[in-house]
Amino acid sequence: MSSPARGARAESFPHAAPAALANGRLRTNLRAATTSIRARRTGAVAEVGDWEQLREAGAAIKDSALWRLDEALVELEQGVVRAGGVVHWARDAAEANEVVTALVVREGVDEVVKVKSLATDEIRLNEALETVGVTPIETDLAELIVQLAGERPSHLLVPALHKNRTEIRDLFRERLDLPGLTDDPAELAEAARLHLRAAFLRARVAISGANFAVAETGTVCVVESEGNGRMCTTLPEVLITVMGIEKVIPEWRDLGVLLQLLPRSSTGERMNPYTSLWTGVRDGDGPRAFHLVLLDAGRTRVLADRVGRDALRCIRCSACVNVCPVYRQTGGHAYHTPYAGPIGAILAPQLEGERGAVGSLPFASSLCGACFDVCPVKIDIPSILIHERAKAVRRERAGMEGLSLRRLARVFSSRARYERAQRLVRRLQRPVVRDGWVRRFPPGPLAAWGRSRDLPAVPDETFREWWERRARP
Amino acid sequence: MIDRVGLFVTCLADTLFPEVGKATVTVLERLGLEVVFPAEQTCCGQMHLNSGYPDEARALARRFVEIFEPFDAVVSPSASCVALVREHYPRLLAGDDRGVPSRTWELSQLLVERLGVADVGSGFEGTVTYHPTCHSLRHLRVGDAPLQLLRGVSGLELVELPEAEECCGFGGTFAVKNADVSAAMLDEKLGNVLATGADSVCACDASCLMHMGGGLRRRGAAVRPLHLAEILAS
Repeated sequence: MSSPARGARAESFPHAAPAALANGRLRTNLRAATTSIRARRTGAVAEVGDWEQLREAGAAIKDSALWRLDEALVELEQGVVRAGGVVHWARDAAEANEVVTALVVREGVDEVVKVKSLATDEIRLNEALETVGVTPIETDLAELIVQLAGERPSHLLVPALHKNRTEIRDLFRERLDLPGLTDDPAELAEAARLHLRAAFLRARVAISGANFAVAETGTVCVVESEGNGRMCTTLPEVLITVMGIEKVIPEWRDLGVLLQLLPRSSTGERMNPYTSLWTGVRDGDGPRAFHLVLLDAGRTRVLADRVGRDALRCIRCSACVNVCPVYRQTGGHAYHTPYAGPIGAILAPQLEGERGAVGSLPFASSLCGACFDVCPVKIDIPSILIHERAKAVRRERAGMEGLSLRRLARVFSSRARYERAQRLVRRLQRPVVRDGWVRRFPPGPLAAWGRSRDLPAVPDETFREWWERRARP
Repeated sequence: MIDRVGLFVTCLADTLFPEVGKATVTVLERLGLEVVFPAEQTCCGQMHLNSGYPDEARALARRFVEIFEPFDAVVSPSASCVALVREHYPRLLAGDDRGVPSRTWELSQLLVERLGVADVGSGFEGTVTYHPTCHSLRHLRVGDAPLQLLRGVSGLELVELPEAEECCGFGGTFAVKNADVSAAMLDEKLGNVLATGADSVCACDASCLMHMGGGLRRRGAAVRPLHLAEILAS
């Protein structure tokens, strides 16, 4: 029997990464996709003369809602209710799933169509729906592929990044019962289109997430590329939106800033193809009932952390993911959370209360800073990573590592101890050194280094010894 | 005008790469500066802060500030250590940093930005490719200061590194905690370095050079890792 701690260890980033690193196709796809998305983003951002001011404005808008989140959410609720919608407050994933499944069951349907949504991935809504006998149908093409394969998305924006079209053909042949299908992209898209069209026409209930919700007007906003989201938000009779409470923004005009930042940062487009905005319900136009589920699930706890709270500004563009050199090697699965990449490494441990596998995520970064540079709402991800590392060390007491690093700090705290340590290392290393290089690595961190890199030995004269010798007449 | 600088050589260069420290002294003295090496110095605390030990890092930061307070300018041949001092000391020391962070300079920044020197009168025969380390590029924003200095070196042929701005995978304890991912990042970096056909790869951080150099040696590649100071001192 494996303890929960051991399970968490098996799923931790360093333990999960080798499988991804060994997957040649995944890495080829990742390299190609991140290279092209990065180039598109760079081009789209370069077109905007006041991009830096836009980033400032984006950060300020998100902060102004977060700093009075209690008021903003009540204002949003009033707006939605005024326009004929219903608002539900969910403390955690379980409450949100209860609300949604109860609403779906009340409609007496056995399937729902879904707009791509990270919040519903986070709370594992699809599993909750299946347990009450309701089949959720993902309508974003890539999400559909991942769902049919029984997998989890590998990327915020390109969920099926890890699959190529031969695999997709085989999947569609089997799951959509199309034995004669080829791997021609147009044919694959048509197969998905026909499958989804039937689902849209049958569907009586749709479930979405939200990119933004305007407190001032009670308006919810979803941006997407394919138009399948638009089908979900307009065709069915009942629309249920699950939204993290940090998605609220104060005013309608704020969309003018955020809808510039998001598509350019995300897909590298000037404007995304579909932006759906709706306020409550309207007779004879769209759903007859609208439910908004406001999800906390750890967000108020994040808000209480003076450093970590900036992560709540995130607008889920995935620019940080695409630019991350760590993500570029492993893809998203090794993160074991829907929020992969740099933003996931700071958000998931905070949202999930730092339990389990996500506890290793703040360490899954070389702190290269590329994420901060591209973030459209200026989240200082490297600083938050360091902050989260300190929290992890305090929590776990960090065993041997803590002991060695604290001892090392003591060595560094005195010149005499430091110089003694230099001389000691030079003496101790003798048996394992040849020609100025370490040739055998003791177990532990040095062995981890030595698996793929050589290490120079401490030379016969340190800099300070040279300096002293030089100063002597 | 600055005529005297305090040298923070870094624990890494002091202990493992003394040539980097010596080269830094050579370059600065060639420009007529008096170089002072306060022997009390040890480590800036970067590894502790980045690994999640802010209290230990704070004690080392306090020490650093006390040792270097007497200097109008402090110079170091490490972009990552200077980035720590500049970016994190003010918050870590809650404002009690005695102005030291703003007087602490990475070598290329001191030369080009502070002293306005792009030609330090050095000569180097060989082809060199330059890897902008993450801390020099994105944290300190040294811009093209190192490249300006390299272009001023007579006899040196500079070749552009493809995907230059990508991290080499070092990242301090990241290199051992996530050794497999770090090695994969290093693979990509070294592939690009080798593709340039350069004899040497140059950077402003001994730590990243230790990483790239360790990978190059493991592969049996003849490319030499050289700190900017070592080229400028030649």
